[in-house]
Amino acid sequence: MSEDTIWKSATQLARELDAGEVSATDIAEHLIVRADATDDKIKAYLNRTDDRLRADAAASDERRAAGEARSRYDGVPVGYKDIFVTRGVTSTAASRILESWVPPYDATVVSRCTEGGLPMTGKTNLDEFAMGSSTENSGFFPSRNPWDLDKVPGGSSGGSAAAVAAGLVPWAWGTDTGGSVRQPASLSGIVGVNPTYGSISRYGLIAFASSLDRPGPLARTVEDAAALLQMAAGHDPLDSTSIPDEYPNLLDGIDGGIEGLRIGIVKEFVPTQEGVRQKIDEAYARLEKLGASLQEVSLPSFEHGISAYYLIAPAEASSNLARYDGVRYGRRAPGADIVAMTASSRDEGFGAEVKRRIMLGTYALSAGYYDAYYGKAQKVRTLIIQDLARAYADVDLIACPTTPTTAFALGEKTSDPLAMYLNDIFTVPVNLAGNAAISIPAGLAPEDGLPVGLQIVAKSLDEPTMFRAAYAFEQDLGFAGSPEGRPEL
Amino acid sequence: MTIDRAAVDHVARLARLDLSEEERERMQVELAAILDHAEKIQALDLDGIEPTSHAIPLRNVMRPDEVTPSLPQEVALANAPETEDGRFRVPRIIEDS
Repeated sequence: MSEDTIWKSATQLARELDAGEVSATDIAEHLIVRADATDDKIKAYLNRTDDRLRADAAASDERRAAGEARSRYDGVPVGYKDIFVTRGVTSTAASRILESWVPPYDATVVSRCTEGGLPMTGKTNLDEFAMGSSTENSGFFPSRNPWDLDKVPGGSSGGSAAAVAAGLVPWAWGTDTGGSVRQPASLSGIVGVNPTYGSISRYGLIAFASSLDRPGPLARTVEDAAALLQMAAGHDPLDSTSIPDEYPNLLDGIDGGIEGLRIGIVKEFVPTQEGVRQKIDEAYARLEKLGASLQEVSLPSFEHGISAYYLIAPAEASSNLARYDGVRYGRRAPGADIVAMTASSRDEGFGAEVKRRIMLGTYALSAGYYDAYYGKAQKVRTLIIQDLARAYADVDLIACPTTPTTAFALGEKTSDPLAMYLNDIFTVPVNLAGNAAISIPAGLAPEDGLPVGLQIVAKSLDEPTMFRAAYAFEQDLGFAGSPEGRPEL
Repeated sequence: MTIDRAAVDHVARLARLDLSEEERERMQVELAAILDHAEKIQALDLDGIEPTSHAIPLRNVMRPDEVTPSLPQEVALANAPETEDGRFRVPRIIEDS
């Protein structure tokens, strides 16, 4: 057992657990030491559950000793964005309105990972109700980017991304509504996946925009991301939007290479930062070198993605967040009658961005504006789906940058909501269309030494092809697992 | 575009948000800026395009009508701000007649 335990992939740890070279308790203790030493600076966790981690790890060791390991990964710890509901452990969505809510049940993602034997390290920070791209909208505190503590880790799953990037946990769960897994993965130099809508259960996610929300894994390697997703994906009767078909196997043939694959390059998507443009161009050349054939594809409707997204997502949010009424759970503020009590509870409990989106969504759905805003946005959503279908007639996958720039400074965009929204420009179309996408590290931008993410976008349920391409790229680049791929803290 | 103060007040009432004076003023400016960006899609010719409310084709999903265990009352009430006699307690809803 060596000090580099914290940097080992989940798959490597699983191998060592199987060989008896390490125990789940050893791994847990290393992660606790690491978090003690570094999380004061990074602030990845809202709530570390060290006692639970130790108990889960001890139980895992006992199972393994008895020959009853629940999965290959039994004993490899995992973190959860605090928007996943966890039985007996506060689940806040980083909102003051849910500050002391202790759920009576587990999200399906959590129960499946528990059934797989994964000990829980804790609940990670996020933008309140997943609304944001930097974690600065957390109702508690912002997280920081392990590559540069003055920079944001991205968001909304920024706590999970920072924890994985900083070696606090090998892998963690996030959710992606408009880029909230892929963008922080890109900004933090790790892998993040947005699986096909309906392929993974939303049961037990604190809802933001239900037609767009999806759980997604964050990890330091493509193989780990695939393995974590595999553990939780598949039909769930508790989610009525869950696809009944069997989810494809992501690990079989992941190392099959990309010889002969046709990959579309989105000509409208050009990063604004020179170093990002350079790294993405190098990534395209690498895919070609690996045997893929590249061709330009045009997705003209994508330029309207942000406009449509920032009407649809707030509209759904304004409806979903109506449940916070100060009656059944969550914060209650005083009020003379029920309307006053509800309105003051919501004003006290929600942060500025959440209020802005509730207002925007309520406006877009209100009488006289519905057709002009929400109705038009839904039609743009159709155009985006049609553009993608047209492109996929000629290509197997689409490649583009994940974000226009590398990580930005804390405070840089907080006073300009629209500037913050535009950070999601390359990621929102996938949420609107429902298909799958992954962000993988493409190296560091020369001008600031910060990570750049390559996004690979697949057809719905074609995750195996997406993972195969991501794996081939990762292996050839050699960034993951190398000293260059680790931030110095 | 501009959003007048009355519209902000109306929407805040619909959304049950007891916003402060300062928040209302800021909301007027910020909502207008975001909606300005959305103006671009107002100009698109979208006649004949079907709206998409959901990315995957959905049918109603039914389950057998069987009684299964549900949350015990004390668990369901455990997170409530105020309870009384096994119920959620709320401020006055109906005026005295």
